[in-house]
This record gives sequence, C-alpha cells and structure tokens, in this order.
Amino acid sequence: MGDLIRVKTLFFGVYGELAASREDVTELPGDSTVSDLVEALRGPRGFDWLPDRVVVAVNQTYAESGTVLADGDEVALIPPVAGG
Amino acid sequence: MASERTPDRDVAIETGITTDPIGRLDAFDDLSTHADGAVLVFQGRVRETNEGRKVSGLSYEAYGEMAEKELAAICGEAAASFEIGAVRAVHRVGDLELGDVAVVVGVAAPHRNACYEASRFVIEQVKVRLPVWKHERYADGETGWVGAPAVTKAASR
Repeated sequence: MGDLIRVKTLFFGVYGELAASREDVTELPGDSTVSDLVEALRGPRGFDWLPDRVVVAVNQTYAESGTVLADGDEVALIPPVAGG
Repeated sequence: MASERTPDRDVAIETGITTDPIGRLDAFDDLSTHADGAVLVFQGRVRETNEGRKVSGLSYEAYGEMAEKELAAICGEAAASFEIGAVRAVHRVGDLELGDVAVVVGVAAPHRNACYEASRFVIEQVKVRLPVWKHERYADGETGWVGAPAVTKAASR
C-alpha cells in the first residue's frame, strides 16, 4: 500500500443528475486503476447505477479501465455521447 | 499557388465549442482558396421529433476542454486522411430551439470525392467521440437524456 492519492471525478449528463453533483474528490490507495475508482464509487458511494463498463477519460483523454491513476488526476465519467 | 494540393500540404483547421448561435451558410465563403473546386457545408439542426416523441427543445452539455481537444483531433485526422484544403467544425452547447444549428462541418477540397468523404468522416466521428450530451425537452412536459443507459433510467425513477 503506497500513499493515498486524490483524484477529481467529473460527472456528466445523466451521471451528473443521478450523482446530484458534477464533481467529487475520491481518495484511493496508490497505484489504483480506473476500475478501482469505479468500484469505490459504486460501492462505498452507492452509485450502483454506474454501468459495468463505464467509459472514462483521464485528464481529458479516453482511457481504459486498467489505466493507473496518479494523485491529482481528473477522471470524467462519460455516458453515451449524443452530439451532432 | 494555383497548384493542386497534396495530402502533405498545410490544411487550414478551425474548430470550436460555443454557446453562441451558429449562423448563416455564407459564413463559410472564406473556407476555400482557388485551389479548391469543392466546398461542402453540413449543418445538424434540432429536429421536432426523436424516436417518435415530439421535441420542444433541448440543451447540450459538454465536457468543454476535452470536447475542444477532441474536435480538433477529429479534424486533424480528416486533414491527414483526405486530400482537402480546409476543414472547420463548430458544435453549439447550451439551450437550443427547434431548427437551431447544433453542429456545422465545412470542408473545402480540390475535388468532390475527398470533400464528401472528409465531411462524412468528421460528423460520424463527432457522433461517436465528442463528449457532448443532449437533454431533450418533450412536448408532453417530460425531459430526458438521449442515449442514457438502461441502468440509469431505472435509477432515476
């Protein structure tokens, strides 16, 4: 277990509505991945409406569930996009 | 300067995410140079129905900074993939009424094939990649997020 990291999580679209918030800071153990963050949100935070394979962006770039997070990262939870 | 353009030439790229109304087609008069024999302007507008429901208006939410980057990346890929001279794409966010322009894609190219292909590429990539969400207002007074996953629909009841 390394040091704790703090990541900023952004909720957009329907996720923002269900979280009743646009932004959240989550503390995670060092070396946590995107999956770990999603599990922390689904379990302890009770956001069980997050889909299993939620799309995320880390620091404004689409990222995989295995991406390792660093302190200060910005993670956006991205519902199905509907532009155009 | 009159020579026909090649894929490795500099392509003029201009993109944006804006709350301002997107205006008239003649705003694209400056898109082409005399090297371009084809110009296409595609507008996506707010339609009065969606999946059988009567729409009264909508609001687009964007992940602004990422959307700016992603739209620029999409147009950069179009510039690298097709023989075009210029590409301009703008997506509007905020409250829109029926008929308002939600997105515009302008492409100029020496010939029509590359022009059509690049235009189609940009709008299709916008549809799958641009971090923008649509909150529709329906004539019956309800509202909803377009494309929201089923699991979220159950949770919001």
